[in-house]
Amino acid sequence: MGRSSVLTRLLAIGAVAAALLTAACSTERAPSGGGSGAGGGGPVKIGLVTKTDTNPYFVTLRDAAKAAADQQGAQLIALAGKFDGDNEGQVAAIENLVQQGVKGILITPSNSGGIIAALQQAKSRGITVIALDTETDPKDAVDATWATDNTDAGRKQGAYVKAMLNGSAPKLLMVDGTAGAAVDTQRHNGFLEGIGLQNGAPQIIGSANANGDQNLAQQATENLLQRSTDVNSVYTINEPTARGVYVAMAAKNLTAKVAMASIDGGCQAMQDLKGGKYAATVMQFPKKMAQDGVAAVVAFSKDGTKPAGFHDTGSQLITDKPLGGLESKDTGWGQQNCWGS
Amino acid sequence: MPNGVKVGAETAPATAVRGRRRQIEISELVLRYPALGPTCALVLAVVVFSVATNTFLSLDNFSLVVEQSLVVGTLALGQTLIILTAGIDLANGAIMVFGTLLMAKLAGPSGFGALLAGIVLCLVLGAISGGLVTSLRLPPFIVTLGMLTVVAASSRIFAAGQSFPVSNGLLTLLGQRFYLFGRIEVTAGMLLAVLMYALVWYSLSRTGWGRHVYALGNDPEAARLTGIHVNRTLFSVYLLAGIIYGFAAWQAIGRIPNADPNAYQTGNLDSITAVVIGGTSLFGGRGGVLGTLVGALIVSVLRSGLTQAGIDELYQDVATGLLVIAAVALDQLARRRSR
Repeated sequence: MGRSSVLTRLLAIGAVAAALLTAACSTERAPSGGGSGAGGGGPVKIGLVTKTDTNPYFVTLRDAAKAAADQQGAQLIALAGKFDGDNEGQVAAIENLVQQGVKGILITPSNSGGIIAALQQAKSRGITVIALDTETDPKDAVDATWATDNTDAGRKQGAYVKAMLNGSAPKLLMVDGTAGAAVDTQRHNGFLEGIGLQNGAPQIIGSANANGDQNLAQQATENLLQRSTDVNSVYTINEPTARGVYVAMAAKNLTAKVAMASIDGGCQAMQDLKGGKYAATVMQFPKKMAQDGVAAVVAFSKDGTKPAGFHDTGSQLITDKPLGGLESKDTGWGQQNCWGS
Repeated sequence: MPNGVKVGAETAPATAVRGRRRQIEISELVLRYPALGPTCALVLAVVVFSVATNTFLSLDNFSLVVEQSLVVGTLALGQTLIILTAGIDLANGAIMVFGTLLMAKLAGPSGFGALLAGIVLCLVLGAISGGLVTSLRLPPFIVTLGMLTVVAASSRIFAAGQSFPVSNGLLTLLGQRFYLFGRIEVTAGMLLAVLMYALVWYSLSRTGWGRHVYALGNDPEAARLTGIHVNRTLFSVYLLAGIIYGFAAWQAIGRIPNADPNAYQTGNLDSITAVVIGGTSLFGGRGGVLGTLVGALIVSVLRSGLTQAGIDELYQDVATGLLVIAAVALDQLARRRSR
């Protein structure tokens, strides 16, 4: 009985030591010279902060960045928020990266406005900051942005759905992403341009926000279909949304008469296209964003040229049923160039 | 060891008397200074990380670690008070977030009005929790669980899916940086936090009110019998905690000048973690704010050190969880020894 008091002291300290000794024994980083901010010895450190590290899109981005960094002899430190929208986690990540002496920070901001102060802090230490995939608000809070022109991607989806309708008046459902996000607004408005409608047009018979989540999209669509099943087209902000919408439509046997396409270009979507869940998708190129971002930071570290401007990494319509003279590639090409697995 | 002896009874063969005395001393130390164990753990953590990485040991990093623990540390200050009364507050993060949203939305010409409104809102929400606990005698766990859901939903309705950047000078005051001795980076928020910790420490350890709080946490019936107004004291604890959460909201805006309904979703659990690791007993009546200060710093040190050592975030969570279990186990065993 008396021994256990000493044991519990050891237990408490031991739990801490166990956690910490893993740090001592398994540091991933090669010891480099100089602490924070010191130039000279050691490879260039590049920081990457993604929204989360579980979404396959960001996993692809991170892997591509790591490969690009290894190729150029740089060291990538990848951190992320805990969930889509975790601004606080990204702020802490930026602070830690600054602390570790990175030369540049690549970030996919969860909250385009909330991250500004932390980015300015980094910039004031001579670190170049680059936005990937999503712009910041204001745009010039970062030195440069590599992203898809989301308005154009939305337009491509809208034009294809319009071609699918083949002249009939649209009866459109819009299943959007997270309210207030720049990507959401851009794709939404681009789609409307492509299909030839205005916001608030009577042809839009219903809309809902599903935050880009498959389950939420299914629930939202089920609720919308309860009001009326007289639908012939759907806008989806991304592929998980489209998958959720498909399940809701299939439950009401509407899949044959509803025109649906999506945006993102994940490898799973290539399977969806082959399975007929939706007819087309607009592919993004996160690998290109990552590679170009890494290259820009390496160039900055070599001769101090700061990257600048918005760089459109492009979008590509993928479908096995080309329509309306719209330029597209088939799913074979899609599978070669998709992201994820 | 003799059979049939109840847990906690002190018996030992005569030949081990000296050993027993030494073991009693250790458990007495833990009882009298509940912050001792966590402080040792903190020092150990700092030493290990300084050795394992080459970016941890620097003044800049220490400033950063303290800054990163300010918001949760302030939440934990209020949480300590409530846990000392053998209660728990699951709603503190949500209350704070609602406070930040109100401050951000009202921030216009007068920053002071917005700040005051936010603090008053948090005070009122704390009072509601306190009122339900004292007058209806509902368990704090249930009351604050319900408050958490209601307040979190209300703040989302209030924010209507947006977050609000804040540029008002007074509201972002706590993020202002300046340099002590030209070298050590310090923010106004750190100074406020130190002041608040000092004030609460003084109230708890040197005033009659503080003694009443410990007494009621230890044994409410006994406290009542000695003439302490248990309900009044308990309610005052929730009120004070509410004010503290209002200041935590000010700290949050100072740190990130953007009020976001999605932020600090785990603020409640993080604050409980800091309090428990700091040696305050979940069963009330034992512990204090010095331990909480150490606890908040340990969590921040762990996160910073493990990130800089390249350890995945999920392992960081594992480490924090292990620490919590170890801290509670230590407290439990020390308690048994004292009976």
